[in-house]
Amino acid sequence: MSLRKSHELHQRRFGRNLGVGLTLAAFIVIIFGLTIVKVSGSDFGMSTEEVQN
Amino acid sequence: MTDASINASTLAAQSRAYEAGFGDYFALLKPRVMSLVVFTALVGLLAAPVPVHPFVGFCAILFIAIGGGASGALNMWWDADIDKVMKRTKGRPIPSGKVEPGEAMALGLALSGLSVIMLGLATNWFAGAFLAFTIFFYVVIYTMWLKRLTPQNIVIGGAAGAFPPVIGWVAATGSMTLEPWLMFALTFMWTPPHFWALALFMRSDYDDAGVPMLTVTHGRRATRTHILVYTALLAVLAVGTAFSGIGGPIYLTVAVILNALFLRGAWAIARRTEDDAEADNFQVERSFFKLSLLYLFLHFGAILAEALLKPYGFGGWS
Repeated sequence: MSLRKSHELHQRRFGRNLGVGLTLAAFIVIIFGLTIVKVSGSDFGMSTEEVQN
Repeated sequence: MTDASINASTLAAQSRAYEAGFGDYFALLKPRVMSLVVFTALVGLLAAPVPVHPFVGFCAILFIAIGGGASGALNMWWDADIDKVMKRTKGRPIPSGKVEPGEAMALGLALSGLSVIMLGLATNWFAGAFLAFTIFFYVVIYTMWLKRLTPQNIVIGGAAGAFPPVIGWVAATGSMTLEPWLMFALTFMWTPPHFWALALFMRSDYDDAGVPMLTVTHGRRATRTHILVYTALLAVLAVGTAFSGIGGPIYLTVAVILNALFLRGAWAIARRTEDDAEADNFQVERSFFKLSLLYLFLHFGAILAEALLKPYGFGGWS
């Protein structure tokens, strides 16, 4: 039996799985974006300086 | 019957059963209520006197909306028994059999935790805690405790719906002043006349479900009077807000016009008898309900306009 053979369940749940996949991808983008904003913000710079001092 | 035949028949039954799609789970979040949450929270965030990074602002609104959606899912889980009785709600995912009650509860709890933690991380923990309190207030205080206990349920539910602009403001500033509470009060006072007008022309719904709506417990005459009293108090509050830090000439103009129209509608509702209402199929009540939607949208729109024009020297009184 081929590993690629998809079950009927896969077709039935394609929409749901696609939605969950896209939601998770969007969540990753949000976490990445927030990290960039926080790291480049002045708050993070100050706390880094405090740690260095 | 052999195991094989039982399995075969179970599988056949499962394949015939409705498979919930992504949209069914999304419907648990009450997208229409979420749109109001997004708009009012956005106004709260932008009206605050502290600038927010656009991406942080976007995330704040998103997580407030997800928190609102989560409380909607928990509300649908708890209220599934009355939702299947009411015409307005029997098409919802749980009463229509598309989603299992346990799934709705799990989704609601998971999204509640996620939204609170993410809002706290994206903005500040005061805002996160406020969102957590809002979810608790809507789900536990309103849905589980008071909704089926008191005819003032709409007033209490209105408080839960009024928190988003305060959360938006706190997300931006990390502190609290009078202005976000004026926005809170605007939505809080607006909710009862808005819903009682709906209850007047969707009357069998609440009666059938046994929810102690004011129309059921105190009668329709008392409900009409309540609408007028709340609308009068709302008008004073709405026009008075024009002279606060979030008000200005644009807001004042909008508030005066809309409150005059709203008062006129409430007065017409209070004066009508049931026979009058039956004769024209609740035309006045339906118009009042439609106006109420525009009322809130335009008031918050005016607050937003004042905030956006401020940097150019136009917004506010200065």
